[in-house]
Amino acid sequence: MSKHNIFYFAHEGAYNMFSHGFMSFASIGITVACLIIMGTFTLVAVNANAMLEEMEAQNQILAFVDKGLSEAEARAMEQELRSVPNVAGVTFISNVEAAEAFRSRYEDDELFQGLPDDNFRHRYAIDLVDIGQMSQTKAALEAVQGIGPGNVSAYEDEAAGFITIRNVAGIVCVVLIAVLFVVSVFIMANTIKLTTFDRRDEIAIMKMVGATNGFIRWPFVYEGFLMGLFSAVIGFFLQWGLYEAVVKSIATNDTINLITTVPFQDMWGYVAVIFAVAGMLIGVGGSLSAIRKFLQV
Amino acid sequence: MIRLTDVVKEYPNGTHALNGLSLEIRDGEFVFMVGPSGSGKSTVIKLLIGEIEPSEGRVMVNGFSLLNIKEWQIPYMRRTVGVIFQDFRLIEHKTVYDNMVFAMRAVGAGPKEIRKRIPYCLNLVGLENKSRRLPSELSGGEQQRVAIARALLNNPSTIIADEPTGNLDPARSLEIMRLLERINALGTTVLVVTHEKDLVNRFDKRVVMLERGRVVSDGKGWYGRKIQ
Repeated sequence: MSKHNIFYFAHEGAYNMFSHGFMSFASIGITVACLIIMGTFTLVAVNANAMLEEMEAQNQILAFVDKGLSEAEARAMEQELRSVPNVAGVTFISNVEAAEAFRSRYEDDELFQGLPDDNFRHRYAIDLVDIGQMSQTKAALEAVQGIGPGNVSAYEDEAAGFITIRNVAGIVCVVLIAVLFVVSVFIMANTIKLTTFDRRDEIAIMKMVGATNGFIRWPFVYEGFLMGLFSAVIGFFLQWGLYEAVVKSIATNDTINLITTVPFQDMWGYVAVIFAVAGMLIGVGGSLSAIRKFLQV
Repeated sequence: MIRLTDVVKEYPNGTHALNGLSLEIRDGEFVFMVGPSGSGKSTVIKLLIGEIEPSEGRVMVNGFSLLNIKEWQIPYMRRTVGVIFQDFRLIEHKTVYDNMVFAMRAVGAGPKEIRKRIPYCLNLVGLENKSRRLPSELSGGEQQRVAIARALLNNPSTIIADEPTGNLDPARSLEIMRLLERINALGTTVLVVTHEKDLVNRFDKRVVMLERGRVVSDGKGWYGRKIQ
């Protein structure tokens, strides 16, 4: 593609966009709305995921050491436990520490205050890499000498619940985003189809004198690209403002301020790239779909 | 060169527009194609500019075989053919000059080529002084001359004119025919589709007559050699 052709396409694309001002405005507005809805779902998913990760990190396995082993012998098992697949970290808790923790949890209950330390066993609090593999890890820990079957306490049902929530949330987000993407492409295609219809005589003349389909298509692709880019920029800043407002209202609300939110500054790069790519794909996809019919002359 | 050999065209609705039509137009010829409505004239034009494909037979246009032409080759074939229509098909909101620029841009011509070629073509049709006018500011004859100039821009080897004088009075029609004759004298093949008997008879040119999708006469004057 020669240099003057690139300038020509860019000029024609920009001219088309501004000469059909109202339609372009409507198209950009609707694309911005779709991008914001898509962005909102994505940000909700990101925050939900961050919260789930935090909750997963608190979902530890407890491995109880045989009662007959001394504290030194129990501590010596740490390396072996660390080498078990899917184990992210282990923390040794002696029977004395366990007893103190238990008594402090039930400090109002006198019945538990007199429990001797010997009633408690040394134990390891174990963090997992992937809670989806909790059952396999539990079995591997039970196979370690000094632990044994039945001495590992794992909340498998809760772990399965977390995984289900994450999977469902992921699928819902993907489906919604896909639907909104298709809707945006459809709207953009219809807008550009109107401008194309307006120019059908010009397209027919271009075809008649021997213009290639590519040459005819490019100005419309530029037009869609520009509208998508405008939509992305506007959508990004509106999304930012909306997110900050929601975060602020969560932080100041007494009932929901325990919800932790991911700062926008940690995500703005990703959001900008996603908006730019989605906006341009919607624009270019819409214009290609719109022009297809008019090229069949 | 244009060559149609045993061409059959059947439209999806079952209409047989051409029934084994054969015709050859050599380089540099001037040919009138005449015939009543429904004789297949428009179908021949559509075939020659690659708008439709033949159902059977062979169509050759300036070295391109339209029977098995690839879609990407069609624009390049069209650049060898300049087409003129009865309704001029000019862009109303562009000046004469910008209409020319638009047509040259469409085939990827550069600014230098555009600046050189447009004045030449406008001069050829005698409209060099009206390049800044809008089509609506010109007479019908002048608009058709603009369309002819546009058809010549890409230096085609063939000009196909579909009822070029259909919207013009007799004097302007004669003017346009004389212009096409002059273009033919410069070496361009010219095929004029018309139904204006008087106009055709004023020129001593080859006349091909179609009827029911076949050539029924071919020769000089309105009634030429009968085809068996």
